[in-house]
Order: sequence, then structure tokens, then C-alpha cells
Amino acid sequence: MTQLALVIDLNVCVGCHACVTSCKEWNTSGPAGFMSDDNPYGPAPTGTFFNRVQTYEVGEFPNTETVHFPKSCLHCEDPPCVPVCPTGASYKREEDGIVLVDYDKCIGCRYCSWACPYGVREIDEHQKVMKKCTLCVDRIYDESLPEAERKPACVLSCPTSARMFGDVHDPQSAVSIAIREEGGYALMPEWGTKPSNHYLPRRKTRMHIHEDELIRADNPLKKEQREHAAPVEAPTLDDSTSW
Amino acid sequence: MHPAFSVIFLTTLIGVGQGLFLAIFTGQSYSAVELLPLEDSVQFYGTGAMIALLFLTAGLIASVFHLGHPERAWRAASRWRTSWLSREVIALPLVMALVLIFGLMHYFGWDTVLFTSKTGARLQLTLIVGTLGAIATFALFLCTGMIYAAIKFLQEWSSPLTVINYLLLGTMSGFTLATAFASYAAPDLTHFFGIWTTIITFAAFLSRSASLIRNARIKFKSSMQTALGIRHTQIQQKSMGFMGGSVNTRDFFHHKTRLFMRSIKWLFLVLVFPLPLFFLWVGMETGNGATLLTAFIIQYIGLLAERWLFFAQANHPQNLYYQTV
Repeated sequence: MTQLALVIDLNVCVGCHACVTSCKEWNTSGPAGFMSDDNPYGPAPTGTFFNRVQTYEVGEFPNTETVHFPKSCLHCEDPPCVPVCPTGASYKREEDGIVLVDYDKCIGCRYCSWACPYGVREIDEHQKVMKKCTLCVDRIYDESLPEAERKPACVLSCPTSARMFGDVHDPQSAVSIAIREEGGYALMPEWGTKPSNHYLPRRKTRMHIHEDELIRADNPLKKEQREHAAPVEAPTLDDSTSW
Repeated sequence: MHPAFSVIFLTTLIGVGQGLFLAIFTGQSYSAVELLPLEDSVQFYGTGAMIALLFLTAGLIASVFHLGHPERAWRAASRWRTSWLSREVIALPLVMALVLIFGLMHYFGWDTVLFTSKTGARLQLTLIVGTLGAIATFALFLCTGMIYAAIKFLQEWSSPLTVINYLLLGTMSGFTLATAFASYAAPDLTHFFGIWTTIITFAAFLSRSASLIRNARIKFKSSMQTALGIRHTQIQQKSMGFMGGSVNTRDFFHHKTRLFMRSIKWLFLVLVFPLPLFFLWVGMETGNGATLLTAFIIQYIGLLAERWLFFAQANHPQNLYYQTV
């Protein structure tokens, strides 16, 4: 079985919102109709987005870290939003695991947005139907596009390649390997929704420099041999023999 | 959650309608086994059922305002296998139809005694329709409650108490109205309904208080740590990604102060339970219909506050992602 999903590397994301704008640009121009965008240049812009990038500060000054956190539909393997839909407008595709909304069946009752713990379903306040990330389903299968471009718009636009797209059920796919080897995790595992999208954690690259790597020591290759402790300022054997 | 007035009116109005129908039907059941005198079909049972139908219809109309596409609402009956909302969409018209049939049968006298026992208990045709109506009414209470109780991560709602509260609060308000109605249409039943109203009001007070206590000491399973998957005790949101608000900030927050919340809580606790009981008692003692009607109106206003708080009190885990602009 195929389960398409995104893997987002929090270690790489710089919070530039390119995925947000490219997502909106692609999906508002798509066959499913526009996405609301009210007062875009006014004091209180509002509208429908499939993808948001949020920013968090972890820790207390001065030991803080800024985490940019992109969030879109996680295409859960056990999506709580699907069974609650009274019309069947919300569904999970058998063939690739994408959770979609049929905009022609949706009655706009908002019950599915209540049933999503992640808050990734947004009602379109003009079309009055529930909208959410489609994983660019109108793009990833489009054979008129070059194969390299058959990816969600957010993935293509990410300048730091923090977003990966692929089949998380295929153990050999790049996304599965990243989840497995880079410590990929799911959000709010406590609700058993089994999100397909995964996040790669922040990883620290640390250099470990020991003292003897900073200070010239006598006989560095025979460390097991006990040497007379000599004051560091005194000339070492190296000083006298290296000329 | 943001309390939507359409849903507040839907749940309170159909609660009254269901409760009133149950009360009328209870009255008839008692008279069938000769514990109560049989009342006038047109004046009491027929008119009572029509009043219940009026409340159910008003609730249905209120619910339409919650939908983005009410013209597609018929589709909502299709997923009854998985969705409690879909089940409610089936149960509500079913209750309305049965109440209508029950009322019409009484009104036009389409009724026969099917069976009379040796002790004189009569099984009437309307009683069978009424029994079906009562079963459908209980099913509707279950559906309404389960819509909320079935969302497991809305922990304030995810409890059997939610269903019990919908059942008891709805029945209570219907019985209060039945007492007022009886004082006009069947004065000898006023005490019967009044006493039942008092009992149900006490039961509703206990279960609603239990849910308030439960919600006050609830431990949330989700936290900033599980929402982001970052293991640190200090996580602060610096930006939610937009400045002007969105559905996420409008639909899931009530934007009211703690003081306001607390005031609403005490307001409804007074308006729903002790005050109507006082008016009920005065009305029963004096036999004054207007006083009993006042009890119902006060209780209904209290129930609007109760339902507002029911929604406002629920903390959706998505709110963790929307802490600051």
C-alpha cells in the first residue's frame, strides 16, 4: 500500500514561508477554485491556507533556540476527521493515502475541523466548504509536467530542501530512510491518529576537542607511556628536536 | 471552542421539544394503566405534541444557520455508519415525524383501543406510536450527546456525562414546559409533572455539576511538547504564521475573560436549577400558569448560558498551535 506524505526537517527549515506562499499560489489557481484571501494588504488580512509556518522559542534566554515549524494536513493513517463527516465528503484515498475533501459534497458543518487535533482544516469563508492540504494531488500525477516537478508545490519551493515528499510505506524510499535514520517523529502520538507526515528533529553538530588536542604534548603517539608532568610553559621535547 | 449560536439554539430547542414530548407521552402511559385520568386528546395530547413539534422545528431551523451549504444537507444522512452527526440528521426528522403522527392521531381522534387487560389497562394505537417516538427521542439525545462525546481529544466533552447531561437537561426543560402547559390544558396533571420536573432537575443538577467538577480538574494529554515533538519544559510560541487571524483563531477560541466564564457558570447554575424550582413550587402551590411559564423561560435562558459554557469550556488541542500572533 502506498502512503504519500511529507517529511519536514526542522533542522533545516529557516522559516521563510516560501512553502506557504507557493502552496497558496498553486492551490488558489487550481481547478478546485480560489482560496479565500480577504484584506491581503489591509490591517487584518485573513484567508484560507493549507500550510502555515509557525515560530517557537525553546528554552530560556540565553539558552534559547528558534524553531520554525511548518504545519499542514498530516494525512493521518487513521484520520479522525474522516469517519465524523456526515456526508462522506471527507475521505482517504485507498490508492495513495491522501486525505481529501470533495468540495461538491461538503455541507460546511465544520465537524471535521473539530475532529482534527492539529487544526489543519480551515473552512473557506467564501465557498463555505472545508479545505485542507491535498498534497497537490492535481500536480503529483500530472504527466504533462516533467517528472522532477511532480511534487507538491511546497516541496519544490523550499530553498533549503527542508521538505521531502514520498511514500512512507516503502521502506526504501528517501522519506522512509530519513524517518528511520534521522529520528523522524509524528505529532501528538497520544491520540493514535498515526500521522503520515513526519518531522525530523533538530540535531546538534558538536565538535569534541580535548585538551591535548589544543596543547602540544610530548610523545603524542605513545600516550600510554607515563611522562613526567612538565609545566606547559617549559620548552617541550618537540621544541628542541623539531629544528 | 467558539460557541456558535446556531448550535446553542439547536441543542436547547430540540431538548425542550424532546422533553415535552416525553412528558406528554409519560402522561398518557400513566393514564393507560389508570394511574392518571385520561386527558382530552385534542386539548392536551394533540396540542402538547404540536408544541413539542414547534420546538423541534425551531431547532432544525437554527441548525441550518450552522451549515455553509444547507441546500446539500440531505447528503448528511449518508454516513450514519460512522458519524454521530449523520445519525442525528436521521434521528431528528424521525422524531419530528413520529411526534407529528402522534399529535395528529390525537388531534383527529385516529385512535383505537387495541387491547384491554383484565385489570382495565388499555393499549391504544397512539401509545404504540408514542413508544416509538419515545425510543426515537432517546436515540436523538444519544446522537446529540455523542456528537460531542465522540471527539476523544476534546477531553471536556469526551465523557459519558456529556450524553447524560444532554438527556437530563433536555428532559428537564421539556418537563418544566409540560408543567406550565398542563396548568392551562390539564390542571389535574400540574402536580404530576411538577414533581417529575423537580426529580429530573435534581438529577440534571448532579450530573451537570459532576461534569463541571470533572472539567475543572481535567489533565490534558496534549501539550506543547507533544504538539511540536520537542522535549523541553519551556516552549513559547513567537509567531502563529499570520497576523490577522484565521478560522483557527475564530472557531476554536471564545475570546472571553476568565471572569466572564466564571460569571456564566454561576449564572447558569442559578438560572437552570434553583430559580426555576422556586417558581415551579410557587406555581404549583398557587396553580398560576404564568408563574410556571416564568419558570420555564428562566430555565431556558439559563440553558442558553449552560450551552454557551459547554462549548466555551472545551479546549481544543489545536489551540496549542495558536497561542500568540
